[in-house]
Amino acid sequence: MLEIKNLHASIEDTPILKGINLSIPDGEVHSIMGPNGSGKSTLARVLAGEDVYEVTDGSVIYNGKDLLDMDPDERAREGLFMAFQYPVEIPGVSTKYFLRAAVNAVREHRDLTELDAYEFLKMVKEKAEILDLDTSLLDRSVNEGFSGGEKKRAEIFQMAMLDPGMCVLDETDSGLDIDALKVVSDGVNALRDGTRSFLVITHYQRLLNYIVPDRVHVLMDGRIVETGGRELAIRLEEHGYASIEAASA
Amino acid sequence: MPEDPNLALDNWAEQTDYKWGFVTDIESETLPPGLNEDTIRGISARKREPEWLLEWRLKAYRHWLTMEEPEWAHFPDHDWRPINYQDISYYSAPKSDDDRPKSLDEVDPKLLETYEKLGIPLEERAALAGVAVDAVFDSVSVATTYKGKLKEAGVIFCPMSEAVHDHPELVKQYLGHIVPPNDNYFAALNSAVFTDGSFVFIPKGVTCPMELSTYFRINALSTGQFERTLIIAEEGASVSYLEGCTAPMRDENQLHAAVVELIALDDANIKYSTIQNWYPGDENGVGGIYNFVTKRGLCEGDRSHISWTQVETGSAITWKYPSCILKGDDSIGEFYSVALTNMKQQADTGTKMIHLGKNTRSNIVSKGISAGNGQNTYRGLVKVRPKATNARNYTQCDSMLMGDRCGAHTFPYIEAENDTAVIEHEASTSKIGDDQIFYLNQRGITPEDAVSMIVNGFCREVLAELPMEFAVEAKKLLEVSLEGSVG
Ligand SMILES: Nc1ncnc2c1ncn2[C@@H]1O[C@H](COP(=O)(O)OP(=O)(O)O)[C@@H](O)[C@H]1O
Ligand SMILES: [Mg+2]
Repeated sequence: MLEIKNLHASIEDTPILKGINLSIPDGEVHSIMGPNGSGKSTLARVLAGEDVYEVTDGSVIYNGKDLLDMDPDERAREGLFMAFQYPVEIPGVSTKYFLRAAVNAVREHRDLTELDAYEFLKMVKEKAEILDLDTSLLDRSVNEGFSGGEKKRAEIFQMAMLDPGMCVLDETDSGLDIDALKVVSDGVNALRDGTRSFLVITHYQRLLNYIVPDRVHVLMDGRIVETGGRELAIRLEEHGYASIEAASA
Repeated sequence: MPEDPNLALDNWAEQTDYKWGFVTDIESETLPPGLNEDTIRGISARKREPEWLLEWRLKAYRHWLTMEEPEWAHFPDHDWRPINYQDISYYSAPKSDDDRPKSLDEVDPKLLETYEKLGIPLEERAALAGVAVDAVFDSVSVATTYKGKLKEAGVIFCPMSEAVHDHPELVKQYLGHIVPPNDNYFAALNSAVFTDGSFVFIPKGVTCPMELSTYFRINALSTGQFERTLIIAEEGASVSYLEGCTAPMRDENQLHAAVVELIALDDANIKYSTIQNWYPGDENGVGGIYNFVTKRGLCEGDRSHISWTQVETGSAITWKYPSCILKGDDSIGEFYSVALTNMKQQADTGTKMIHLGKNTRSNIVSKGISAGNGQNTYRGLVKVRPKATNARNYTQCDSMLMGDRCGAHTFPYIEAENDTAVIEHEASTSKIGDDQIFYLNQRGITPEDAVSMIVNGFCREVLAELPMEFAVEAKKLLEVSLEGSVG
């Protein structure tokens, strides 16, 4: 359960989030839609704890704990995962090496035994099959030279490996062709298990044809201006954000 | 020396209880501080050296007296405390092998903790890896292991002081052949007062059956360490040699002025790796080793190959330019370096590649990491002489900065005297990325681990050149050296 209350956040003294209220019960998929610049990525990165953002008001409780009180790595170990809109490259660090360190950091936090190289590779194989991922990517440096599609797929693969409770997907659909979009969506759907929750951020409703959300929220200028079911996304596609802007004005 | 290598290692470990960074409480015989001809006669006498070597030393000493201490002008504001050569003791030897270290109680626990984090004690590391170890403890080689096995292969690996007695013709032929006693100020000093070091000889056609390794350690107060290493690989011979260095914490600056000479005949291959972790001084720049070392390899034969790999994390000041003279046709010289400076450390390091023969090739990869108030300089020379047709060089110099109080500097000098030379140089400077650290944090990795992962990634090409077990050590060393520099 993720509970966001009256969340305000600024960057360099410019307020971006202006009172977000949102609660995502276990097992549900919520979508945030909104025009460019409305604050979608900001919300994701504030949840993940990036320190360029200053939280000026409000609270975020995750599984009964104060999320804002934790460092980014603690949040991750507590089960929060963010698939980045623009995953960064880390030269010289093999994806496999990095991912094993990450998986074991999370496992240690959960009092699970450390995976040795063999167990880890077994897990890699399992999850890669689900995502139809070419595992040779994992021998390369983290995200280095990956195509746009490969980056997004690798993000979802990492998500599968880390077994998070709360997944935030920041425009995972952007830059994907229809085949890649399907693969990524299938991967996400395979992880829907009735307890894991998702916050799917997107600009286009197209993604929601594949990842069908329980709730849709429309974010504009740092506030959630409307909440509804699946039909809200379809209405947005037909009439555009302007229709909501007009209605909420 | 017992034949069972494990037993030998155990004995050796007991004798020395070798751990980094603490003062081993051993009674030692130390010459009083001071440097004059009598000091040199004293060293030579204690080592029962032949007359020719004493004369060689004295000649070097007399030359040294005429030379000026070099001054690197790049950091005019740096906190240089002049070396008083009369305050140094030039010889210190454990009195007896029966003396055992007594207690760790006097050791700074913080330092011990640091070294504990590095894990893997030397003796284990060596045993695990089947490495032959020659330990130079202050000035005298304490023990050399695996001698029997090496002997079978025809390899000579022994303390220099022993080689002087057992292989005088080889020592006489090659000592000072590549780094002449009058080469530079510190090389001259070393030639006058060197106390020990390693001697390696790989005969024709032999591939040395194991990694050879030496650990150097400065222990006694106010002693300098002046080791002298000579490696000779005959035609078609091949050897990989590794040196590790460490020293206890001292308030004053200690001098380390080593000389290393390598010579590779036709088709010979020498790989020389260094992990340098001399005491760097404290946050305020007090104490630490002055590491002024001359290292040079001669690719004498055709198709010979010399490769230097270094991971430099210690010392207050490092001046070090392991070089290759590519005399044989088709010979290859390589230099792979990671230098990390934190606190107030300064490293000025690089290489010289001197192309003399045809189709000679050199490859330089330098990775400098600066944190805290550290200053890191790459200084390199690629020289192509007129007869070196079709010489090739590739140089890559990358610097990484952590924080905004540190510095990175690059001075690549190129002198091409032959039109067919192809010389390529690439350089980059980057700041460690907050977005990279955040990405790794978002996957559950702590900031400290994230930084060391990024730094290790940055150094990957160099670390990959190290023998496996030492690459692991080098990674840990980088981690420990960066501690406290995050956030
Ligand atoms: N470093 C910054 N300094 C000032 N404003 C910023 C900075 N980064 C983002 N913004 C602004 O914050 C707003 C929200 O950005 P973002 O969260 O990325 O929107 P979205 O993901 O919805 O497109 C935009 O108006 C953007 O210009
Ligand atoms: Mg965005």
